[in-house]
Amino acid sequence: MSHLSVNHLLGIKQLNKNDIELILNTAQNFKEVINRPIKKVPSLRDLTVANLFFENSTRTRLSFELAQKRLSADVVNFSASNSSVKKGETLVDTVNNILAMKVDMVVMRHASPGAAIFLAKRVNAKIINAGDGAHEHPTQALLDAFSIQEKLGSIKGKKIVIVGDILHSRVALSNIFCLQKLGAHVKVCGPQTLIPKFITSLGVEVESDLRKALEWCDVANMLRIQLERQDIKYFPTLREYTMMYGLNKEILDSLSKKIVVMHPGPINRGVEITSDVADSQQSIILDQVENGVAVRMAVMFLLAGRQGN
Amino acid sequence: MQAKIILEKNKFDITIKRLCHQLIEVHNDFSNTVIIGLQPRGIYLARRIQKELQSILKNKTVHCGELDITFYRDDFRKKELIPNRTNIDFIIEDKNVILVDDVLFTGRTIRAGLDAMLAFGRPNDVELLVLVDRRLSRHVPIQAKYIGMTIDSITTQNVKVEWKEIDGKDKITLKDK
Repeated sequence: MSHLSVNHLLGIKQLNKNDIELILNTAQNFKEVINRPIKKVPSLRDLTVANLFFENSTRTRLSFELAQKRLSADVVNFSASNSSVKKGETLVDTVNNILAMKVDMVVMRHASPGAAIFLAKRVNAKIINAGDGAHEHPTQALLDAFSIQEKLGSIKGKKIVIVGDILHSRVALSNIFCLQKLGAHVKVCGPQTLIPKFITSLGVEVESDLRKALEWCDVANMLRIQLERQDIKYFPTLREYTMMYGLNKEILDSLSKKIVVMHPGPINRGVEITSDVADSQQSIILDQVENGVAVRMAVMFLLAGRQGN
Repeated sequence: MQAKIILEKNKFDITIKRLCHQLIEVHNDFSNTVIIGLQPRGIYLARRIQKELQSILKNKTVHCGELDITFYRDDFRKKELIPNRTNIDFIIEDKNVILVDDVLFTGRTIRAGLDAMLAFGRPNDVELLVLVDRRLSRHVPIQAKYIGMTIDSITTQNVKVEWKEIDGKDKITLKDK
């Protein structure tokens, strides 16, 4: 397979195993490119990409922008805080206005689940979902998979536990889809209130004891507690959450094997993960960030390649 | 139509040996010269030449890299392309570079190769070596300095160089598409 089966990257759910493998293999090539003295290739020099961030982001936005610049694309940035969205313009109108300025690809983050799918049906451009509410964050899942594969050699048969605020996390859902398609076993771990009710229907197991989950896994992906999405209190105090579900060096060192620790960022040091764990040899958090650029380059390169079809 | 074999066996080896001797005439002991094979199929010729040169030059190290040009192509939205590995573990700044590919046809691959190579530094001098030069079919003004054999063919024909390492046999065939 040398091309993607989709025209947009809306979620991991829409991808098949071949698509994911193609993206990861292409990302390998781009990782080599971004480690060259001259990190830029001219592949997308004829394309303009708009980054529409209706929700805050540092890492993802920077990573996308770097990826676009290293592919030689022209980039326009947009954030909701200083735009006409505040004046009451609809999403479709905003995007169509931007497309009228001849933009070929749109990278969008939005607070509403399904915003990217909604847009893909209505506008004539390639859409990349950079996070839609608590739904999906496909490039994060792809870069997580790439990082696991790089560290452990393969993903098939590996055991991965996702710890924390599963209910509000788009990273968790995309990761579950992605890792399962690549043949990994996935467990989720967190307080019962933060585990979605029907999560087991996705084929994942639920474990409420952090230590048991860590003993079982090869990789632990520690998620941030998304206080900004929590309308009610899901646990008594942050301190209690940290005591029950925070990963510290003491637990990590007491495990029978050396597990890999991941975090999609931003980290709340001292809450879901302590500083000494985040900075330890077992953590691949900064590798994830580096790989993010390569993976996003691969996604845009492959989607742009479908332009002529 | 049956594929027509235009070069194989002994003649194939002799051609590669001749190219190596031509290279040595210009580049002496290869102390300031490196070889870069273009992916996907130029790398086999580059490796073969490296091996032959090292044996002629009594085991002196000849640097040989592999360069993928997918991201630099001008036709990347016209067909599906799969990138290959780039592996250049030396610096080409101020070096004499010999770009190596199996077949020179339109010249577009070499054009992209020149672009791609510049990401690794500014070479002193760049030369092109090909095993087969398909004369009279160039789209860009590019010519090879070292040529294994020259053939006249039309665009509906396909020239394929096969290598022992991947195809089981060394041979060059000409065939209608």
